[in-house]
Amino acid sequence: MLRDITIGQYYQAKSPIHALDPRVKLVGTMVFLISLFIGRNVIMYAVATAFLAAVIKVSKVPFKFMVRGLKSIVFIAVFSAVFNLFLTEGTPIVQFGIFKLTWEGIEMAAFMVIRLIYLIIGSSLMTLTTTPNDLTDGLEKGLGFLNKIKVPVHEIAMMMSIALRFIPILIEETDKIMKAQIARGADFEHGNIIQRAKAMIPILVPLFVSAFRRANELATAMEARCYHGGEGRTKMRPLRYKAKDVKAYLILAAYLVLMIAIKMLRNGALV
Amino acid sequence: MSIILDKVNYVYEIGSGFEKHALKDVSCVIEKGEFIGLIGHTGSGKSTLIQHLNGIIKATSGNIFFDGEYIYDKDYDMRKLRNKVGLVFQYPEHQLFETDIFKDVCFGPRNQGLPEKEVQLRAFQALRLVGLEENLYYQSPFDLSGGQKRRAAIAGVLAMKPDYLILDEPTAGLDPKGRDEILGHIRKLHDETGIAVILVSHSMEDVARYVDRIMVMNDGELIFDDKPRNVFAHYRELESVGLAAPDVTYIMNDLKRAGFAVDTDAITVEEARDNILKMLNGKG
Repeated sequence: MLRDITIGQYYQAKSPIHALDPRVKLVGTMVFLISLFIGRNVIMYAVATAFLAAVIKVSKVPFKFMVRGLKSIVFIAVFSAVFNLFLTEGTPIVQFGIFKLTWEGIEMAAFMVIRLIYLIIGSSLMTLTTTPNDLTDGLEKGLGFLNKIKVPVHEIAMMMSIALRFIPILIEETDKIMKAQIARGADFEHGNIIQRAKAMIPILVPLFVSAFRRANELATAMEARCYHGGEGRTKMRPLRYKAKDVKAYLILAAYLVLMIAIKMLRNGALV
Repeated sequence: MSIILDKVNYVYEIGSGFEKHALKDVSCVIEKGEFIGLIGHTGSGKSTLIQHLNGIIKATSGNIFFDGEYIYDKDYDMRKLRNKVGLVFQYPEHQLFETDIFKDVCFGPRNQGLPEKEVQLRAFQALRLVGLEENLYYQSPFDLSGGQKRRAAIAGVLAMKPDYLILDEPTAGLDPKGRDEILGHIRKLHDETGIAVILVSHSMEDVARYVDRIMVMNDGELIFDDKPRNVFAHYRELESVGLAAPDVTYIMNDLKRAGFAVDTDAITVEEARDNILKMLNGKG
């Protein structure tokens, strides 16, 4: 029941995307997200769709994995679509009381929903093709310059990787505790909202206790291995850019330039 | 009065590319009052199997009947089934959530909708059955030892007065003393109340001396289902699936091969001792 959450999940495969330096993938995701927000133009979205489709194809991650990640945003997507549909000023088509359906609203809602879906697919593509370890390595190295202004980059990266690592563990734990309480006759599905909130206590308390226990054990284990943070720490496999990473950067730059060019040429037009 | 499994199959994560056939055509009958050991190494499907018995997992295909009723019928009351089949998960002490042990044990019977007096009576009885001392009843779970916490958690399920008690690795992570205490209490519980017990374990040694029937799982299949002696007679096959018979079985078989007239049926150290002594005295 809780296994459907795909955020932060890694899909094992041998593909050019998997083999890229995590920094490239981080920058790539950023570029893609930014490109979605540059403008509202059908041609731009067609280009973005083609780009995304190509990357998915190359990454060898089955498309249904992306779709699974979308389940979690169905509510937000519907919510924002409805708001945009009825609360955007413009040429009305139908009017119900204070709510009116406008052409601008339809346009806005369509772009919003597509944008949201692409946001999720784009970022889950990164996590699906990058192990959490690589991801934080990439972040640490990529943001290393912040060290100069006393930002503890290594510590933040370490916290992130631990947090990511614990997501599946805690999900599994929740699943187990839920089953155990169901076996003792707990009921999470019936009753009003207060009763249901109360019914969560037998899950939340053991979950917190176990999270603290695990954190404690992990801290002890790290201490026992003389962990002392980022200062003077070396890596077994330091990140280094290779030829394919440079190529990937060039493709990304080309994509971004193309998107900006379309934006400039078709400024304000829908198509 | 029994649980009947008819060709039960279960597949994890259907349609995800990571499919795992966890149960393959498992059929068996579990009668009231039995004491069964369910054995298999990690990943053999034992935990999946027991979660079918109280309906927490629904079989991908196959039928399960409880006391003559089909449990996947639309109008079958799963809560009734869960009241009758008590399931104690691995590391059950991790599910304790109340401020004291007694309140926690009350959780199950209270969910059954019993009157408050009855709830408390049952909690008392259950705590006594698992042999916890009374001065611990009102302690926080944090103040108890691992073995005590585990017994309290088992009491939490017992308080629901199930007809069948299923324990998943009840001795995992306990020292030999804690292990013997728990298993001893479970055996006593079975003898005194007539409750059916299914003990899940990967250790033959643990289970051999307590149970009347052993079911062996390997790779999702039920490969043996018989009296302990008969199962241990297949000790070579057990080894080939990564399990082992109790040490005693090996010793007795070696002795026999060396020409001593011992009985290879012995499954506990005591039985083996008596048998060897008898043989020696017979000779002398």
